[in-house]
Amino acid sequence: MAIVELKNVTYKYPLTDTPVLKNINAQVNEGEFVAVIGPNGAGKSTLCYTVAGFVPHFFKGEITGTVEVAGSESSKSNLHEWVLNVGLAFQNPFNQISGAKYTVFEEIAFGLENIGVPREEMIQRVNDAMKLTGISELADRSPYSLSGGQQQRVALTSILVMRPKVLVLDEPTSQMDPIGTREVFGVIRALAEKGMTVILAEHKVEWIANFADRVVALHEGEIIADGKPSNVLTSDLLAEKGFGLSRYTSVARKAKAMGMWQKERLPVTLDEAVEGFTLTLPSPKGRGE
Amino acid sequence: MNIEISNLHFAYPTGVQALRGISLTIESGEQVAIVGQNGAGKTTLVKHLNGLLQPTSGTVQIGDWNTKEHSVAKMARRVGYVFQNPDDQLFSKNVGIEVAFGPRNLGMNAEQVQRQVNEALAMTELSDKTETNPYDLSATWRKMVALASVIAMDTDIVIFDEPTTGQDAANIARIANVIKVLRERGKTVITITHDIDFCGENFARVIAMSQGRILLDGKANDALGQEDVLATTYVDPPQLTRLGKRLGFKETVRNEEEFLAGLKK
Repeated sequence: MAIVELKNVTYKYPLTDTPVLKNINAQVNEGEFVAVIGPNGAGKSTLCYTVAGFVPHFFKGEITGTVEVAGSESSKSNLHEWVLNVGLAFQNPFNQISGAKYTVFEEIAFGLENIGVPREEMIQRVNDAMKLTGISELADRSPYSLSGGQQQRVALTSILVMRPKVLVLDEPTSQMDPIGTREVFGVIRALAEKGMTVILAEHKVEWIANFADRVVALHEGEIIADGKPSNVLTSDLLAEKGFGLSRYTSVARKAKAMGMWQKERLPVTLDEAVEGFTLTLPSPKGRGE
Repeated sequence: MNIEISNLHFAYPTGVQALRGISLTIESGEQVAIVGQNGAGKTTLVKHLNGLLQPTSGTVQIGDWNTKEHSVAKMARRVGYVFQNPDDQLFSKNVGIEVAFGPRNLGMNAEQVQRQVNEALAMTELSDKTETNPYDLSATWRKMVALASVIAMDTDIVIFDEPTTGQDAANIARIANVIKVLRERGKTVITITHDIDFCGENFARVIAMSQGRILLDGKANDALGQEDVLATTYVDPPQLTRLGKRLGFKETVRNEEEFLAGLKK
């Protein structure tokens, strides 16, 4: 069942002439993990803001079409009602951290305080959420004393603690090292399996291929591809439009042109690449020499 | 201009031992990538190169200058530093003024300043944006302004801290091109990066750090092939290096060209 539905959504920021989103039509089902990809400026963050209600409620500007989440319509709701259904973790955690709290623990509790959750429950939920994202040991630190990667975890945790139906994440691992990225993707995948709906704007294609159910490709404000990661991430159209694709896909495309890739479909992941290139190689190299 | 670091130790005032005995020589014109998990000491190390941090013990020598004996302002003549977050370094009302700020402060005359600015803007594809306020640009282009404002200072050594973070494929290609041009001009480039594919494709030498020490230091093909050692600092080899290894290639490959050549063998 669709929990998020965008119909003919077109949006312009205030004082601008060109729409950033152009006639977007998309549905996201409950429990689905959808990745949104596209070059910078394609409209990924704006799409995140739109689902999360910041467009138009916070950013203003001119929107046409309808945005529905869990049966209510964005234009007919208030942002403070909307955030109970949809949580957004910002691309730059610095823009999200309240500045009103001295510790990570208090920062994560901030949203729950605002919706009047009882004290005992609040403490429990904050502790559970910090454990989930692996930041329990940061509880007493100042949010501003943390590294970029740690701040991103705090930003993510302060959204997760609200238990939104739909989780919107704008490049949540951009400042993390590979181990941090792997852990966060693991957490997101586990949440999606428990039924949380996830919309993730992301450049890290190899991770998307391994974790997301579906990929939506945005280009200059329009959806130009929407489907399974293995189809979308290998499409020639995306390569032509200059999307960042996995090295496995790019090298296999070149190998194909040289007659050294035989399968119909190009690989996205390491395992797919190994499987495909093994067909090309006459015999396993480096063994039994 | 060589960089000589000997037995460098550094402890933050909090007592955290961030560097535990780093000895390193980087020769003039080398292109070096520094990789390793968050907290390994990468940024702490490079902040010693222009005197932003001073050793707790040991020495850092930039050419004939010991960083202990010169101000950060003076070190800026030899070492340029592009911060991870462009918003930490941009403050002028338009791109042209921003990029001119560095060379002007180094005491170049108006003509030299203009030449440096024009070259730096051309290299970063910003020539049509000189009149724009940096904060009216997207994060992608602000990153290029940060690069240009350091390149314009024409230092022998340029440091990039995580240049590809949050950048799309087109901009990563632009940044790779900037590094290539700097290489052709004989500049020393030192880059901290988590983007290991970018590292494999653009750097001849790789240093892997872990817990304040150097874990690996060598030619990119040697260093990036050492999967087990890299794993201890949570770095995976580049995608094509891993693929070549899984396919049983005898030699370590780190970019498309090498991979395709390996496939033909």
